[in-house]
Amino acid sequence: MDAIQIQGVSKSFGTTRALDEITLSVPEGELFGLIGPDGAGKTTLIRILTSLLYPATGSVHVLGLDPVAAFRQLRKKLGYMPGRFSLYQDLTVEENIRLFASIFETTLEKNYVLIRDIYQQIEPFKNRKAGALSGGMKQKLALSCAMIHKPDILFLDEPTTGVDPVSRKEFWDMLHALNRDGLTIFVSTPYMDEADRCHRVGLIQEGRLLAVDTPAAISHGFDHQLFAIQSSDKFGLIRYLRAIPSHRSVFSFGSEIHYTDKNPNLTASQMEELLSAWKANHPTTTRKINPGIEDSFMSLMLDERN
Amino acid sequence: MKEIKNPIVSVSNLVKAFGTFHAVDDISFDVFSGEIFGFLGANGAGKTTAIKMLTGLWKPTSGKATIAGYDVYTQTEQIKRTIGYMSQKFSLYADLTVTENIRLFGGIYGLRSREIRQKTDRLLQRLELTREANTLIESLPLGWKQKLAFSVAMIHDPQLIFLDEPTGGVDPITRRQFWDLIYEAASQGKTLFVTTHYMDEAEYCDRLSMMVDGKIAALGSPGELKAGFGSPGMDDVFVQIARKGQTLTR
Repeated sequence: MDAIQIQGVSKSFGTTRALDEITLSVPEGELFGLIGPDGAGKTTLIRILTSLLYPATGSVHVLGLDPVAAFRQLRKKLGYMPGRFSLYQDLTVEENIRLFASIFETTLEKNYVLIRDIYQQIEPFKNRKAGALSGGMKQKLALSCAMIHKPDILFLDEPTTGVDPVSRKEFWDMLHALNRDGLTIFVSTPYMDEADRCHRVGLIQEGRLLAVDTPAAISHGFDHQLFAIQSSDKFGLIRYLRAIPSHRSVFSFGSEIHYTDKNPNLTASQMEELLSAWKANHPTTTRKINPGIEDSFMSLMLDERN
Repeated sequence: MKEIKNPIVSVSNLVKAFGTFHAVDDISFDVFSGEIFGFLGANGAGKTTAIKMLTGLWKPTSGKATIAGYDVYTQTEQIKRTIGYMSQKFSLYADLTVTENIRLFGGIYGLRSREIRQKTDRLLQRLELTREANTLIESLPLGWKQKLAFSVAMIHDPQLIFLDEPTGGVDPITRRQFWDLIYEAASQGKTLFVTTHYMDEAEYCDRLSMMVDGKIAALGSPGELKAGFGSPGMDDVFVQIARKGQTLTR
C-alpha cells in the first residue's frame, strides 16, 4: 500500500504559487527525500501532508486518510519534526519528552524502546532545559519527541539544515535505523548530497516536481555527455568555457569544472579541441564522468527555464 | 599561482574564554591579501566567536590579532571601516526597498550622497536589478537577496569581506553564481573570509582552516589537506578531522 498519495495538489499564497500540480506517491516502508532550495515548496507540502495546511486543489491521502477530513485520526499516527526547533525551551529534556508522550496518551516508559538509541545520547542531560542544549542535542530531542507515540510515518522538515557534515551523517544514520524497522520516512533537505541516503527522491523547484525516482535513475536520465575539467586558474577557465559558443552548462564542482555542450554526444577529442587555446597556456586535465544528483538537478533546472 | 604574501589578517595565540570554557582556544593563522580563505568547523567549534573577535565586536581574552594592521583590542572602529560583513541570517532590511537598503548602508559607511547615487545605479545595473529598484527586499527571491547583500557589504570598498554561510539554502545554480561574484571580487584584489557547510565550496577556497573544539585542527590548501588525509574530497577530510581531532598544520 502507498503510505502517501498526492494527486494534482496546488497551493498559492496570494500571488505566489507555492505548489503547482504535485502528484506523487510514497510506498510504505520507503525513505523518501524531497530535495530543493529554500522557497521551493518543501515546507508547504509537508504541512499539507501533516494536516497543518489545506491544499487548494487536488487530493491527498496519508496512511489512507484524508488530512483534512480525518485530521484527528491521522495526527495520532504521524510523527512530525518541524524545521524550526519547536520544543519548550524552558522545560527540561525529560519534561519535554514526557509532555509529548502524555499529549498522545502514552508514557516514556511504554515506548522507551522505540527511541532508546537516540534518547540515550541525551539522557545524561535529562535535567537540562531544552533551550540550553547544543544544536545536535536539540535535534536528537526533537526526533525523540516526534517518535514517542510510535507513529506509522515520520515527516521531517529540513532536519539537517545548517548542521555540520559530521552531525548530518549521524542524523542520517539515525533515520536509517528507524527506517530499517519499517517506518515510512518523508524528509526534506536542501542538500543534494543527501539524495544518496534516500531510497527515492523528488527534486522540487518553484513548486514543481522536476523528477521523482531513485538517485541512480535520476542520474541515468542525464542526457548530455559530461566532462570534468581541472586547471590551475579556475576562474579563468570558467570564463573561457562560458565563451565557447556551443556551451550548454559550465559549473564549478569542488576543484573541477563540469561542462556540457549543446551537442549532447560531444566526444573527448572534440572537447580537447574546444580547450586547445586554453591548454596552450595552462596545464589542464579533462575526463569524461558520470553525472551526480546535483548535475541532474541543475540540468533539469536549465531545461525548465528553456 | 597568485602572488599572496602580505597578511591582511594576522592572528596569534588568540583566546576567548567564557568562565572556564575556552570557546576559542589559542588559535594562530594568517590570511593573505587577495586570498579566498575558508573558515570551517562543526557547529559549536568556535567559528562564530572567532569571527566576532576578528570583526571587532568582541574583545579577546588574550592573544593578538590585527586586521589590515589594526588591533582588535583598541582599533575596532578602524577595523569596521576596513571590512565588509555579510551573513545569511542578517544582511538587509526586509521592509525597505532595494534602493533604500543601498542608501542606508552607504550612509552608515559614511559615503556622500552623490557617491551613493552613483554606486546605486552601477550596482543595480551590474546585478540586473534596475527594474526592482523600488521592490521591497522581502519580495525578492533569496538568490537575488544574497547577491545584493554581498554587493552592499562591499559598498564602502573594503579590502576584506567576511561571508558567514552566504549560500545557505539557495539552489545549486544560484549558489554557483554567487561564487562567481566571490571569484570576481578576489580577482580585483579583495580578500574573502568565508564560512560554509557545503564541502564542495571548501574546494573553491585558496586555503582553509578547520576548527575543532576551539582549536585550528588543520590549515592548508584543499589539495594539501586532501593529500594529507588521503581523502578523495573535502567532505571526507572534514569528517576525519572532526571525529578524531587530528592535527595537521601547514
